[in-house]
Amino acid sequence: MREVAVVAFAQTRHTDHDGGLSEPELILPVINEVKELTGLKRFGFTCSGSCDYLAGAPFSFVSALDALGAWPPISESHVEMDAAWALYEAWVRLQHGDIDSALVYGFGKSSLGDLRKIMTLQLDPYYLAPLGLDQLSFAALQASAAGADRKELDEIVRRSRADGRNNPYALDLPEDVTDEYAVEPIRTADVAPITDGAAAIVLATGDLARELCAKPAYIRGIAHRIEPHYLGMRDLARSASAADAARAAGVGKGPVEVVELHTQFAHEEPILRRALELPDGTVINPSGGPLAANPVMATGLIRIGEAARRIHDGTAARTVGHAAGGPCLQHNLVTVLEA
Amino acid sequence: MPSEPLVAEHVLEFPGGYARTTGPVIGRFLTELRGGRIVGVRTAEGKVLVPPLEYDPASGEAVTDEFVEVGPAGTVTAWAWVAEPRDSHPLDRPFAWAMIKLDGADTALVHAVDAGNAKALQIGSRVWPVWRSERTGHISDISYFAPEVTKIVSNVRADYRLQVGGGLLTFLEGVERGVFLGGRCPTCDKVYVPYRVFCPQCGGPIGDQLEIPDTGTITTYAINNLPDPRAPEVPFVSAYILLDGADIPMIALVGGVPAHEVRQGMRVKAEWVPEDKRTKSMANVRWFAPTGEPDVEL
Repeated sequence: MREVAVVAFAQTRHTDHDGGLSEPELILPVINEVKELTGLKRFGFTCSGSCDYLAGAPFSFVSALDALGAWPPISESHVEMDAAWALYEAWVRLQHGDIDSALVYGFGKSSLGDLRKIMTLQLDPYYLAPLGLDQLSFAALQASAAGADRKELDEIVRRSRADGRNNPYALDLPEDVTDEYAVEPIRTADVAPITDGAAAIVLATGDLARELCAKPAYIRGIAHRIEPHYLGMRDLARSASAADAARAAGVGKGPVEVVELHTQFAHEEPILRRALELPDGTVINPSGGPLAANPVMATGLIRIGEAARRIHDGTAARTVGHAAGGPCLQHNLVTVLEA
Repeated sequence: MPSEPLVAEHVLEFPGGYARTTGPVIGRFLTELRGGRIVGVRTAEGKVLVPPLEYDPASGEAVTDEFVEVGPAGTVTAWAWVAEPRDSHPLDRPFAWAMIKLDGADTALVHAVDAGNAKALQIGSRVWPVWRSERTGHISDISYFAPEVTKIVSNVRADYRLQVGGGLLTFLEGVERGVFLGGRCPTCDKVYVPYRVFCPQCGGPIGDQLEIPDTGTITTYAINNLPDPRAPEVPFVSAYILLDGADIPMIALVGGVPAHEVRQGMRVKAEWVPEDKRTKSMANVRWFAPTGEPDVEL
């Protein structure tokens, strides 16, 4: 396996509203920032993650290429998923051995439409989508199945918001956690905020990684696993796919100082903590996590970026980034990073 | 001056919707739904998947061609309460989403439950499908599920015609004139209101009528929260009122005071309807209202 490291990470100052920027305008600053951080102008491979349904326009991701300077032609790919999976594709591409750098980015403006309804469109068209099952409703079914402790969830929301207020890129959400239900048992405060934003990461291999970055965050394990789509075919109280991905990535092979979890709802944190078998001392989502900023389709990539940042700045030696996709944590990707 | 944001409305839609083939397994399920039955499919391992899939999600193996009728009832394994339904939802009143393990199935079906309120549903609740009358072969051929029937409402009503006579007629004739009539038992020396022709204590006759003042003291009372056609509003207070000079209290409404301020020992006076509206009825007394005098030690 070739040694691949995260050598640069940038994200927008995420907003809770549409600032009116086009998608290329939104991503241009973060692309330029990682280019400046690494000094690279061109990359062996470029891969992005986004979702056309967020903007409601087919192939909207193609226009985002305008922000890259894709001339002369570049080698490029896209996933209709969170950009964490674009990073996975880039990591696989780097294993081929013929290139030594990759640019990964993700972006999303969830403010444009009705995210609850847009997320219905990912559901199977025979059994679930025709019921109009929306995002908060299926998440609430998982919260009911998991039966999390209310006090613990309130503490998760408060901690995430406090950390978010200290993170210049995250939203400033109030200290007060209100107790009104969104869809019982989920409360409004348990739901990640509607957010617009983007993020970019540069991956590099071997010697180039050490040239570009004083403290590269080496990917020591990366794996993703998926489970059946239909909610009734799964035990929603657990995340079997997150547990399998964590084992495959080798999370348990050493201490985990910091973990960034892709928790779009407070009740997902205890489910994931158990699935990843995180020790008590692990710091969870010091960035505030998705409950403090959730630029859909960049959120998972940002988890890997935030986990890498702790290694870049020397505050941690071993961290984990997690990303999720699909209804009720159907699909999970786990990345283990080491100094 | 900041200018108004420039905004455009945009809709993504495929007019008429996509036509999707169902394949043999989902197609069978939907066809059975149209017939008013719920079926699952048996996997090679013998499990029954509801709704059926073409492949066993546990192993990836093709399922068998054996379809099994399940339900129609099932048990709730998880639920979520929607207090504010959205346009896309199957019900336009508050309802629950639930995972329902139908009898005979090994997996849970996701559907709506019309439970009335969130407290009516819990994990383990039994629910039954409520079918759409016009079925087309669609997951919404089941309109929703509903909790088991555990109670019914029984209405009781009988009509009567009551003839007023005797002591009560004498009393109501007094009420028509705006006075309360009572009577003293010559043996027991007790004054009874309303007027009656014999003493309930000794059984002896009561002769002459006495006019009793329309002022008195509340001895006890109740705050009623259920509406009553004889009361103006809810909550209302009904009280035992010991009219001045009487030995037995009379039941009447108390008004002109907030319910929580009514107390034992409170002095009250009858509030009569205007003279031209009086009949032989206790409706002549609108209620008893506080006089403002100091309370009486009972």
